[in-house]
Amino acid sequence: MRVKRSTWAYPYLVFLILFVALPLLMIAVYAFRDAQTGAFTLGNFARFFSTPQDLNTFLYSIQVAIVTTLLCLVIAYPAAWILSKSDFNRSKITVMLFILPMWINMLIRTLATVALFDFLRLPLGEGALTFGMVYNFLPFMIYPIYNSLEKMDSSYIEAAQDLGATPSQVFLKVTLPLSMPGVWSGVLMVFMPTISTFAIAELLTLNKVKLFGTTIQENINNGFWNYGSALALIMLVIIGLTSLVGDEGNTRESEKGGLI
Amino acid sequence: MIKKLIARGYLVVLLVILYAPILIIAVFSFTEAKVLGNWTGFSTKLYESLFTGGLGNSMVRAIENTVSIGLLSAACSTVLGTVAAVGIHNMRRGKGRRAITFLNDIPMLNPDIITGISLFILFVAVGVTQGYATVLLAHISFCTPYVVLTVMPRLRSMNPNIYEAALDLGATPSQALWKVIIPQIRSSMLSGFILAFTLSIDDFAVTLFTKGNGGLETLSTYIYADARKGGLTPELRPLMTLIFLAVLALLTIINIRSARSKNNNR
Amino acid sequence: MNKDIVISLQHLSKSYDGKPVLDDISLDIRAGEFVTLLGPSGCGKTTTLRLIAGFLSPDGGRILLDGRDIADVPPHKRPFNTVFQRYALFPHLDVYDNIAFGLKLRRVPTDEIDKKVRKVLKMVSMTDYEDRDVESLSGGQQQRVAIARAIVNQPKVLLLDEPLAALDLKMRKDMQIELKEMHRQLGITFIYVTHDQEEALTLSDTIVVMNEGKILQVGTPTDIYNEPQNSFVADFIGESNILNGRMIEDRKVEFIGHTFECVDEGFGCDVPVDVVLRPEDIYIMNRTEGAQFSATVKSCTFKGVHYEMFVDTDNGYELMIQDYNAFAPGSTVGLLIRPGDIQVMRKERTCNSFEAEVVDSGHVRMLGMEFECPAASEFKPADKVTAEVDFDKVELVDHQEDGMLSGEVHFLLYKGNHYHLTVLTDGGDHIWVDTDDVWDKGDLVGVNFASENIRLKA
Repeated sequence: MRVKRSTWAYPYLVFLILFVALPLLMIAVYAFRDAQTGAFTLGNFARFFSTPQDLNTFLYSIQVAIVTTLLCLVIAYPAAWILSKSDFNRSKITVMLFILPMWINMLIRTLATVALFDFLRLPLGEGALTFGMVYNFLPFMIYPIYNSLEKMDSSYIEAAQDLGATPSQVFLKVTLPLSMPGVWSGVLMVFMPTISTFAIAELLTLNKVKLFGTTIQENINNGFWNYGSALALIMLVIIGLTSLVGDEGNTRESEKGGLI
Repeated sequence: MIKKLIARGYLVVLLVILYAPILIIAVFSFTEAKVLGNWTGFSTKLYESLFTGGLGNSMVRAIENTVSIGLLSAACSTVLGTVAAVGIHNMRRGKGRRAITFLNDIPMLNPDIITGISLFILFVAVGVTQGYATVLLAHISFCTPYVVLTVMPRLRSMNPNIYEAALDLGATPSQALWKVIIPQIRSSMLSGFILAFTLSIDDFAVTLFTKGNGGLETLSTYIYADARKGGLTPELRPLMTLIFLAVLALLTIINIRSARSKNNNR
Repeated sequence: MNKDIVISLQHLSKSYDGKPVLDDISLDIRAGEFVTLLGPSGCGKTTTLRLIAGFLSPDGGRILLDGRDIADVPPHKRPFNTVFQRYALFPHLDVYDNIAFGLKLRRVPTDEIDKKVRKVLKMVSMTDYEDRDVESLSGGQQQRVAIARAIVNQPKVLLLDEPLAALDLKMRKDMQIELKEMHRQLGITFIYVTHDQEEALTLSDTIVVMNEGKILQVGTPTDIYNEPQNSFVADFIGESNILNGRMIEDRKVEFIGHTFECVDEGFGCDVPVDVVLRPEDIYIMNRTEGAQFSATVKSCTFKGVHYEMFVDTDNGYELMIQDYNAFAPGSTVGLLIRPGDIQVMRKERTCNSFEAEVVDSGHVRMLGMEFECPAASEFKPADKVTAEVDFDKVELVDHQEDGMLSGEVHFLLYKGNHYHLTVLTDGGDHIWVDTDDVWDKGDLVGVNFASENIRLKA
């Protein structure tokens, strides 16, 4: 019998199980284990909820993530819309320029922000943190929204105009609802990494403000693997929930889009 | 007309803000002043001391590590990812295929910190000493999915009868692969390789967790350690400028390649 | 065993994901023959070709080459070559290397390859194109290269999968002539797959008509055209009037309310049949004396060579007629049909019949559903019976949810004064329906049976 070509996927499947699925499983295993005895425990989670410092950091991180996401959305939507309009912008290079920073190391971009604040003689702190976050993640919001606006079939807009919609009605009733899938994926692409960043906050605030990612990193670095795993698992759950909400929003919106 | 100006102006302001920090670093990498923003005349001394000065040695080693890990992990990812893509492409739609594409998506969706910690925990649990090899493995694990995603569309756009045509003309399955399939996906394999290389040299979080404490540094962990110690030391300015230019060059290559392959497909 | 037979398909079957695409197919192909597998898309013709080529393996049955089973022979070792529908030329190789591909693999000496490639290039009129990039060629040129690439290997059998489907009409006609000429010159067996009945009639020595995974008829183009064996073949090949009829006795058949002489015998007396009349076989004239029956012209359209007319007969049937003369709409005409032009076919079925099981005195279970059925009182519960429903007693409704069963109109046939539909239910059963309403292929419908119209037989 001939060897089927589909078996070629098996080595990679084994690799994925060993180095993607298994490590994630290990996080879960460690999170439910006592550091000393190795027995099953919920203690790591109990410790999290009874350590106000960590809990506060967690809630503060969510707040920062939400503020960053909203600011990015407000700034990015008009930019994406202008980029997608051929009246205003004909060159793909401008689009490229907006997307390019996505590919530059987060650390370097953060240090660049530090440099900017140094240059302008502005103090580092919460202001710098907010600016740095928005600066870091803005391209991740512009790109998906631009994509959904760009791909939009112009006949929808022409149909709306043909049916007597004014430009603002066209935008509110057609363009905006149809671009919602892009908005949702932008929100996910900004919210998920902001909630998981580490190292950025300490550099931007001179160690004054700590985010949840840093808490996790410190625990892992200091040998508290079980507690660190529990915190990582909590972050995973938050991220999983966000992406579920995002998926939900996305399908709901695209269904709505289909009805128009 | 006014609308147009406002719209263009908005884009320009955003771009200026986006690029100002990098530009400032680039400009001030050509002066000697310790404090950023203090222009003390044009000089390439920072570039010279970058490669020869006190930090030189450890930094050159960090650059070597970054490049060698980048090349090795990109090569391994390309081989593994291409073989996997051919396999997945030939899988029937069903549970197996869905499972592997789901697993393939995880490293791309997972935040770096989770990928890093999960691999760290795995290596700790198995009792592996962390160092060069573990960093390499970790990089392969998050680069390969991108190679798979780069090669798959090319396979899909290929005429499905081409492989059969080769068999029909008397090629054995392996001859058909080498003489017909590989020549056609070669360019997307190369794109995958470049992408994997870019991702690898750009990585910070995963490397930080898997490098162990044997003193292994890549450029990004080196910068991090340095920045944490003393803020922004002057030597980092030329270094960051160079990294920015390298990424810019790689991205330009990737984009030109993908634009060209799109034109060819037409 | 006949030595002439090069390929013999024996009881082949194949299904994808539980859906049968080939259902027990047997076919013998003689050496040097031009055989065409003809049928609508999804009929299993391409699957048959791919089974022969070895790209698929059958679930059941055997494929014999010169009397030997070739189940275990991989495609690259079979002495067949294929011309693919979308050419499948290797885009990274030029014309010469595409054609030389098979020869190089067999390590044929370079000078011999050179000679052979030039020879086939001449044969497909593509001399001087050796160095061209295949993607710079037109569709027709690519097709020529694909044919050259296959025949340069001197295969025993050439398999062609709708090779002309992507070409425009004029190009297709030219290529048909060239293919026919190539077949004559090469003297090898061609197995040709197409859904174009005209192409099949033009090219083939033998046509195999397929539908829904079954072979319906095998014969020469003339046989298939003049003596279709069932209404599907009659409808698929050429234009035709298909009508319900009744064989009164040998050589005498009744349809459209009149009795006609015919040449068919052996059907028995008073047997329902299908009658096929080709539109060009109905004689039409201005006067009604001397005619067998009269009709009123409804419409008349010029079709290039002939006129196509629809007429209403004196008994209210609609017929299609083709004639070189035009007759004005509204005028009364006389019609005449010669005995030899009437093709009588046994009916495949005269009513719907389903396997059923009696549930209780008022219900039966069939088609995966329970139906009310007063006739069940004559049987005991759990009796296995056959349920019958007449074609015209099946009720179709617009909304699927209003029917006890739901399905899709799968095939339709106009029978002069009503439509005969095949409805494919969601459960995969066929239900045949006679109706005066107009439905289209693909319409989603609900199906109902009135309980008193379900007959039961032991």
